Amino acid sequence: MKIKTLSRSVDEYTRERSQDLQRVFHNFDPSLRPMEKAVEYQRALTAAKLEKIFARPFVGAMDGHRDGVSCMAKNPNYLKGIFSASMDGDIRLWDISSRRTVCQFPGHQGAVRGLTASTDGNVLVSCGTDCTVRLWNVPRPTLEDSTISSENSIEPSATYVWKNAFWAVDHQFEGDLFATAGAQLDIWNHNRSQPVQSFQWGTDSVISVRFNPGEPDILATSASDRSITIYDLRMSSAARKIIMMTKTNSIAWNPMEPMNLTAANEDGSCYSFDGRKLDEAKCVHKDHVSAVMDIDFSPTGREFVTGSYDRSVRIFPYNGGHSREIYHTKRMQRVFCVKYSCDATYVISGSDDTNLRLWKAKASEQLGVILPREQKKHEYNEAVKNRYKHLPEVKRIVRHRHLPKPIYKAMAIIRTVNDSKRRKEARRKAHSAPGTVVTKPLRKRKIIKEVE
Amino acid sequence: MEISSKDNNLMEKVLPPVEQESDVELETTVKKYLRGEGANLETLKDKKLKTQLTSREKLYGKSAKAAAKIEKWLLPAEAGYLETEGLEKTWRVKQTDIANEVDILSSRNQYDIVLPDFGPYKLDFTASGRHMLAGGRKGHLALLDMMNMSLIKEIQVRETVRDVAFLHNEQFFAAAQKKYAYIYGRDGTELHCLKERGPVARLRFLKNHFLLASVNKSGQLHYQDVTHGGMVASIRTGKGRTDVMEVNPYNGVVALGHSGGTVTMWKPTSQAPLVQMQCHPGPVSSVAFHPNGHLMATSGKERKIKIWDLRKFEEVQTIHSFHAKTLSFSQKGLLAAGTGSFVQILGDSSGGSSHNYSRYMNHSMVKGYQIEKLMFRPYEDVIGIGHSMGWSSILIPGSGEPNFDSWVANPFETSKQRREKEVHSLLDKLPPETIMLDPSKIGAMRPSRRKEKPSRGEIEAEKEVAIEAAKSTELKNKTKGRNKPSKRTKKKKEMVENAKRTFPEQEHNTALKKRRIGEDAAAELPASLKRFARKN
Repeated sequence: MKIKTLSRSVDEYTRERSQDLQRVFHNFDPSLRPMEKAVEYQRALTAAKLEKIFARPFVGAMDGHRDGVSCMAKNPNYLKGIFSASMDGDIRLWDISSRRTVCQFPGHQGAVRGLTASTDGNVLVSCGTDCTVRLWNVPRPTLEDSTISSENSIEPSATYVWKNAFWAVDHQFEGDLFATAGAQLDIWNHNRSQPVQSFQWGTDSVISVRFNPGEPDILATSASDRSITIYDLRMSSAARKIIMMTKTNSIAWNPMEPMNLTAANEDGSCYSFDGRKLDEAKCVHKDHVSAVMDIDFSPTGREFVTGSYDRSVRIFPYNGGHSREIYHTKRMQRVFCVKYSCDATYVISGSDDTNLRLWKAKASEQLGVILPREQKKHEYNEAVKNRYKHLPEVKRIVRHRHLPKPIYKAMAIIRTVNDSKRRKEARRKAHSAPGTVVTKPLRKRKIIKEVE
Repeated sequence: MEISSKDNNLMEKVLPPVEQESDVELETTVKKYLRGEGANLETLKDKKLKTQLTSREKLYGKSAKAAAKIEKWLLPAEAGYLETEGLEKTWRVKQTDIANEVDILSSRNQYDIVLPDFGPYKLDFTASGRHMLAGGRKGHLALLDMMNMSLIKEIQVRETVRDVAFLHNEQFFAAAQKKYAYIYGRDGTELHCLKERGPVARLRFLKNHFLLASVNKSGQLHYQDVTHGGMVASIRTGKGRTDVMEVNPYNGVVALGHSGGTVTMWKPTSQAPLVQMQCHPGPVSSVAFHPNGHLMATSGKERKIKIWDLRKFEEVQTIHSFHAKTLSFSQKGLLAAGTGSFVQILGDSSGGSSHNYSRYMNHSMVKGYQIEKLMFRPYEDVIGIGHSMGWSSILIPGSGEPNFDSWVANPFETSKQRREKEVHSLLDKLPPETIMLDPSKIGAMRPSRRKEKPSRGEIEAEKEVAIEAAKSTELKNKTKGRNKPSKRTKKKKEMVENAKRTFPEQEHNTALKKRRIGEDAAAELPASLKRFARKN
């Protein structure tokens, strides 16, 4: 007869020296783990609660401007710095890690409306309501500049005066050209004092302009006649134009999918379009209660941040209809410009109260160096929370955000208004002949027409 | 999954037949790791969600395959076995024969500890099988380390001890003594006296929920959370005194065996039992649960052992044997039955869904020993026998799980690992509401019904509890002539009325039925007139 019994020798199952790691043995059999679903649910609940406990998104404020911040620019080659400009013509370069001004660029007489950096980071272009475009040489910070003094001020390397006040400026990716928006769309070269090309369609002023990151010759503009136009520099006229119900304040291209653009609209929603097919929005992002002033995409292309007139900053997923996160402070007034930092970790908002605020993109993220085991634990928590986030207890915790009272009340009013509109529409439809009352989907409803 | 099965088909044409067999084996283990059927994605209309879920299902398939391969190739130990050749029968093999064939380490696990003075012994093991607690009827409590065969602590409490149980690890244990139950620490200090429960007959610990369940001499079931000491539930079973209580490790449900032959199953959040099964014509002597949660073994005085399937609550097998005073299942599914001084181990000869328990091994001890409790030691091929003259341990090849998982139960735990595990298991402590007959329902979709109504029995039971609570609340002693007896009785009546009012009467049901008939008629109305139909 053959007999074998289990006998474990202690040497095989314990470590030899105290310098060794402890031995770990795995058996993934589900019968060893009763009630694993309940345990997983409990872990999801704990993970959701922990996320809320560690959610401290506000990192700091950068103050120094004497008037409201009107626009910001980031330099893709220098992650630590951000340019900002205010309504009294003051342009500064900030060091984000110490939250102090590195360098000032005085010179503009009126409000600075547009700010952009060239792709190599050497030239800063600014334009304002004093009808001038100024080019500045950005000083390169070296390792010896450990003492950051804000007393550096730079003279502009070039000043070009033109016929009308400017509203926005953007620089071409991998190119020499930059575009300004004013009474019409002008394309400039660094060395010429007059625009190289001019586009005009209609009589209204162009309020924002954005170059496509994928195709260096394509740019999108929005005008005060409630339109969004896409231009190709190689052609002499505009490529496409759509007219919407309300004006678009700002446009951003998705850096990972360069054919998609998202427009921040005056009616509080953002519309994502496919640049090739503008007659229908791909997605409508609705959560702001007041006009959306600025929009910027994350370098991952998965999220974008918006700043709105209703004193809040929201972060949306690129394909989702509602915001993932809202940031607000009592001290932060109307947000005029937002930027997502180039390492996708921070969000910077510039607002009417003369401050730039630095926020974390993921509110409960642990910054700094994370050990691999910590990283694994964070990933596990995230995954288990996402698996159970539809269940009511977990959902209540994950969804919970404190909203400032005006926004909360405004959202309630908007909800009742929309509900009653929908009810009325449904009754109209029910009482009319079938087929006479057609409801257009929201993605199409806000677009009046497309013009070639 | 479609693409991968196509690949499999291609491969099968190329591989030799031996490989095909192992593929079939792998399929069954993959099924085990998949833990049920995948979701039916054909009914989804949302394309985004559909693509997300299909990719997730593919990942599940991959991980199940990887786990199956690990189980096949990478596990460090193999299960024990006892195989006889020719005309030999496995149940004639004696422990002395086994001792001759087996190595020294294993033969150390066969022993008899003779302690005749302190009465029949009850045993308990920790989850990892490393520590054992022995409690003699006359008050002897001993905590032992089985790996080193050393005695950690023994105390004499000088009272009758009816049952002993470990809490979550070997640092704490509970003993059911003459009047109350007590909780002791590892070094024998008495930590808590659990007065609320009264004289306890049986104690069991629910590991995932940190609940200490006990049944006392008047048949009351108590659940207490040992982390904060609060009594979670005290349930009057209404079935009289019982000694037979077991916990189903699969779902945390407590089963009581009664003198009328019924086995009832309880959860802490309801006053009425979940299930009542008539198992035997006479009193139930013992109940045991298979670790997979589907099988239950019960024994009665009519000398039969019955195996029940808990999914359908049907009898699977009846074994005509002796009157088994105690039953126990091992991790690998072997059933041990003990009576007098005789232990019989029954093994499942057919695998899969049909269960056929037949004799595997026997062991008879010295004539005078009366077996009190049988318990298999986890992760070892050993069974502990507590009897009237002390305790013994014998070898049963093939009863223990060969491969342990360090994160679940580690017999080679250091103190640092033990402390970490305690903290992690406290963080994962389940609330008592998660105890249910089918634990996989958590996170699943509830079939859409109208508001679920509790059954009439449950409502009655809860009503009675509420009335009792209202009656037993103490009123404030008012002074200055305001404490008249008439006012006091009036106040008490008011409280009982309030308690009753929270349970609406059953007469409402007929009114609801009438309204529901009206609703069906409303379904035939045209769309524009729908808002005039009678609503609920």
